[in-house]
Amino acid sequence: MTDNTSKNMRGPEIVGCREAMAKLYSFLDGDLTEQRREAVQRHLDECSPCVQAYDFEAELKKVLAARCKDSVPGYLKERIYNALRSEEQKSQPL
Amino acid sequence: MADKARFMELITGYMDALYTAAMRMTGNASDAEDLVQEAILRAYRGFHTFQEDTNLRAWLFRILTNTYISNYRSAKRHPETTGMDNIEDLYLYKRLKRGGLLGQGRSAEEEVLDSFTDVEIKEAIEGLPESFRIAVLLSDVEGFSYAEIAEITGVPIGTVMSRIYRGRKVIQKVLHSYALERGLVDGPSSDKPTLDVHTPDQSADELESSYRDGQLDNISDGVSDLPDGSSDNISDGSLGKKVKCS
Repeated sequence: MTDNTSKNMRGPEIVGCREAMAKLYSFLDGDLTEQRREAVQRHLDECSPCVQAYDFEAELKKVLAARCKDSVPGYLKERIYNALRSEEQKSQPL
Repeated sequence: MADKARFMELITGYMDALYTAAMRMTGNASDAEDLVQEAILRAYRGFHTFQEDTNLRAWLFRILTNTYISNYRSAKRHPETTGMDNIEDLYLYKRLKRGGLLGQGRSAEEEVLDSFTDVEIKEAIEGLPESFRIAVLLSDVEGFSYAEIAEITGVPIGTVMSRIYRGRKVIQKVLHSYALERGLVDGPSSDKPTLDVHTPDQSADELESSYRDGQLDNISDGVSDLPDGSSDNISDGSLGKKVKCS
């Protein structure tokens, strides 16, 4: 396996397309170090095919998060608060 | 020590998220309601052990996940995992790209993404095998970090990452099938692989080993293929050589 990422002793880290794609999800999931994140970002600033893939995956991630929410029904909230109050009373000393 | 009266105040802000997760875990409202209530009661009973300066949200999700695994998982919620690894990385993206639906003002891409209903998105996640479903849910819907998900689910970080990446591939394939049904993307003729640059897939063990060695930056996401159009300009791997691919 080749790695087209390097740490230039005199300059910033260089990230190529292969490395950028390998880091796509770590980047979007916020799991890269600041240094590596900046290196990937520099690549994206110059590479439209890679940035297109990143943009799409980021958009899809937003869609998954936004379209997957449920609100707890009011009756369930009430049921839970009642159960908690009942639990609290049970734990009170007589 | 945390105060139990404080628990009543705090829990309100987490109920929707816990209920959302419970719905995706159990796949039905009745079990989700019982699961959320039981998890919250367990958290209440254990709240005296909770340190207020630690991550309450992660602690609550760990209790929810453990309660689900102990009491609610069932055979019907364990779909087959066979075939999951034969799905191409970035499955949906690549098919939109091949169909010429990307890079044109993003309108076609948005049309495809907007076409998915909430029910379809939920079903795509709920259709995943259990361990993958929980990992994707905690990452994509709840926004937990890999380390937090490893803590919540009690599995190594490498396994968490592998489950998230593999789960996302399946979701993209399912969503692609919806887009196909609506005629928003081309059919099987656009399914042929067109990319020719690969890095080896990494197993969960390899991901874990890299992470344990403190080499987080060197962990591959398992997104092994390059986007269309970029492969022609890849460097030969020479260190220090800047690659221009646009």
